[in-house]
Amino acid sequence: MTLEELLLQKRDAIKARWLQAVLESYPPDSRRFFKKQKDQFANPVGHAFSTELENLLQEIIEPSDPERLRASLDRIVRIRAVQEFAPSQGLSFLFLLKPIVREVVTDAGRDEDLQREMEALSTRIDGAVLAALDVYMTCREKLYILRADQMKNQVSALLRRAGLISEVPSWDAASEEGSENHPLNST
Amino acid sequence: MADLPKPEELVQIDHSPSLHKGLLGWMDTPVRIREGIALYAGKPQSLEYVGMPNPREWNPLDEDWKLPENWKEIILDGLRERLDRFRSLKVFMDICVRCGACADKCHFFIGGGDPKNMPVLRAELLRSVYRKEYTTAGKIMGKIAGARELTYDVLKEWWYYFFQCTECRRCSLFCPYGIDTAEVTIIGRELLNLIGLNVDWVAAPVANCYRTGNHLGIQPHAYKDMIDFFCEDLEEVTGIRPNPSMNRKGAEILFITPSGDVFADPGTYTAMGYIILFHYLESLGLDITWSTYASEGGNFGFFTSHEMAKRLNAKMYAEAERLGVKWILGGECGHMWRVIHQYMDTFNGPADHLEVPVSPITGTRFENAASTKMVHITEFTADLIKNNKLKLDKSRNDNLVVTYHDSCNPARGMGLLEEPRYVIKNVCNHFYEMPENTIREQTFCCGSGAGLNAGEDMELRMRGGMPRANAVRHVHEKHGVNMLACVCAIDRAALPPLMEYWVPEVDVTGVHEMVGNALILDGEQKRTTDLRGEPLPGMEEEEDV
Ligand code: SF4
Ligand code: SF4
Repeated sequence: MTLEELLLQKRDAIKARWLQAVLESYPPDSRRFFKKQKDQFANPVGHAFSTELENLLQEIIEPSDPERLRASLDRIVRIRAVQEFAPSQGLSFLFLLKPIVREVVTDAGRDEDLQREMEALSTRIDGAVLAALDVYMTCREKLYILRADQMKNQVSALLRRAGLISEVPSWDAASEEGSENHPLNST
Repeated sequence: MADLPKPEELVQIDHSPSLHKGLLGWMDTPVRIREGIALYAGKPQSLEYVGMPNPREWNPLDEDWKLPENWKEIILDGLRERLDRFRSLKVFMDICVRCGACADKCHFFIGGGDPKNMPVLRAELLRSVYRKEYTTAGKIMGKIAGARELTYDVLKEWWYYFFQCTECRRCSLFCPYGIDTAEVTIIGRELLNLIGLNVDWVAAPVANCYRTGNHLGIQPHAYKDMIDFFCEDLEEVTGIRPNPSMNRKGAEILFITPSGDVFADPGTYTAMGYIILFHYLESLGLDITWSTYASEGGNFGFFTSHEMAKRLNAKMYAEAERLGVKWILGGECGHMWRVIHQYMDTFNGPADHLEVPVSPITGTRFENAASTKMVHITEFTADLIKNNKLKLDKSRNDNLVVTYHDSCNPARGMGLLEEPRYVIKNVCNHFYEMPENTIREQTFCCGSGAGLNAGEDMELRMRGGMPRANAVRHVHEKHGVNMLACVCAIDRAALPPLMEYWVPEVDVTGVHEMVGNALILDGEQKRTTDLRGEPLPGMEEEEDV
């Protein structure tokens, strides 16, 4: 049996253990709530973890489309990025998958092929961590941008009125003079 | 090999222990005030201007909060006084059975997972001290009876968590005893203010509202300038230049709206919607004036103390009296309506110098406003539509696929549920509701109300707004919703960043912006753009010419 087959066979159990491990990062009350409340609108965080960890697992076992992997990571990381976590804690959920998979493999016996495939899988998880880091940074940067915009937006109309905001002329206006649709090319 | 932590160890974080880990555990977790969550402190000049206690420079991230020596005595005296004054508070302190029904209903807990954001624990902040000071069991048994001493750390915890509550009242909907944690927060903040513990995003607006009448401190001429500016823009869009009146004595109706509608996008387009509507109604007999003095509908005093809310609320009625109007029409605002609906009568009512509002166009008498004399603009507009008084071209809003966010205060605080929907459905063709348990009375807060709509607590706001955004994303994915409508100025300021973070494909609008787009004015030019200057459906080509 290949590693892929083995993991697909055990997928549900692996996902359940992974989810449990991820939820361990929350205090007992929150953990219980995230796990028990099944309504996706009453419990958006728990629901996102449950569905997206499943999708992630699928993409890690049988990679199909990097965009799908990124989308699932985005759903989870976007949440973790605004919760009470240090960055390392926020992203650690991906590492939690390794010991779970390793245990499944060990239980299946010391097949050398499996061990080799395990290496490859481990590398895929590392790849996912790097992708998650990108998402995390995008989220945090977005927070700071929103923070900076906050002040400006509060009085946006006033600033415009007072002529304090000078808006850059549009590409179109610039292109009237030149052939290319960009001001730098218009000379 | 170096001793690296195991992955499982990496994720162990010292979140506060829970209610269920023993009702006692949570008390022993010291508060850790974090940047990104905590708000900035109120500035001394803001406090001085309105005579609030203990004005000084201080920073919540510092150890020393520069409190008066007898701070504890002040708070406990204040609490005693309020227990006598507010029967509800006394009841809320005594009757909670800790059933937990409210525990998972707060958007901050749902999105963030910090157990101290469970409403029952938020109320427990105050309740534990109450038990210690005012109940025999608490005095004798202390922690075992859920009682604790009011220490400096406890005080800090109060401040931190009472400013992580948007006073949205969602939790109270689920409490079998009707305990309203928002009211506990209101009293908690009022007590904190007695020793100068507040936040800049409330203290500065309070001082500004008191001085100039609006939260940004915009002076009358600038206010008028902005309205003129909107009229210029409207002329470009419609070919007609409205001429709204300002501070006009003897007008029949005074119009008061949050200043955010006048100074901040996208509220400005809502303001343009009001102006168009009033212009349209002029020939039908509407006699209305704006005021540069009552230039704020929002009542930031409500996030400070009952007294401050009363002082600011009184200004609106004083201006109505000065101008000699018959009644007040109120714009799309959130907490202004909670104050009007639930507090105004006790604060400053009854407003006998005014008359029971009657629509000059339809003759409808607004009995619901018989005492406060103030009508919500969506009630007013819904009545106009119902009586066929408006010529509307819904198709001008055809590029919008709309959903409606029930702003907490109008929805839960005054039961305004149908009117906005009725108006929306009459001005646009594509409307989809969000899931049932996220709208109407059960609406999820924007996460930024009650003075939390600052920049420095963006992380908190994104957490708290997550359940709302999640429901928006659902209708976006299912029906292609691209516009989130609301009737609150704080929403119009808070929801755009929330959407940008969670569902960037969705934009935010006030209801009357869509009314303004759909309304057909007599003699108007063929419209090619909407109020934002963006091409109307089917007009994209003409724009390019
Ligand atoms: S629902 Fe009411 S009684 Fe139950 S824990 Fe919450 S506040 Fe207490
Ligand atoms: S934010 Fe709303 S739901 Fe949460 S405790 Fe305050 S009033 Fe209750």
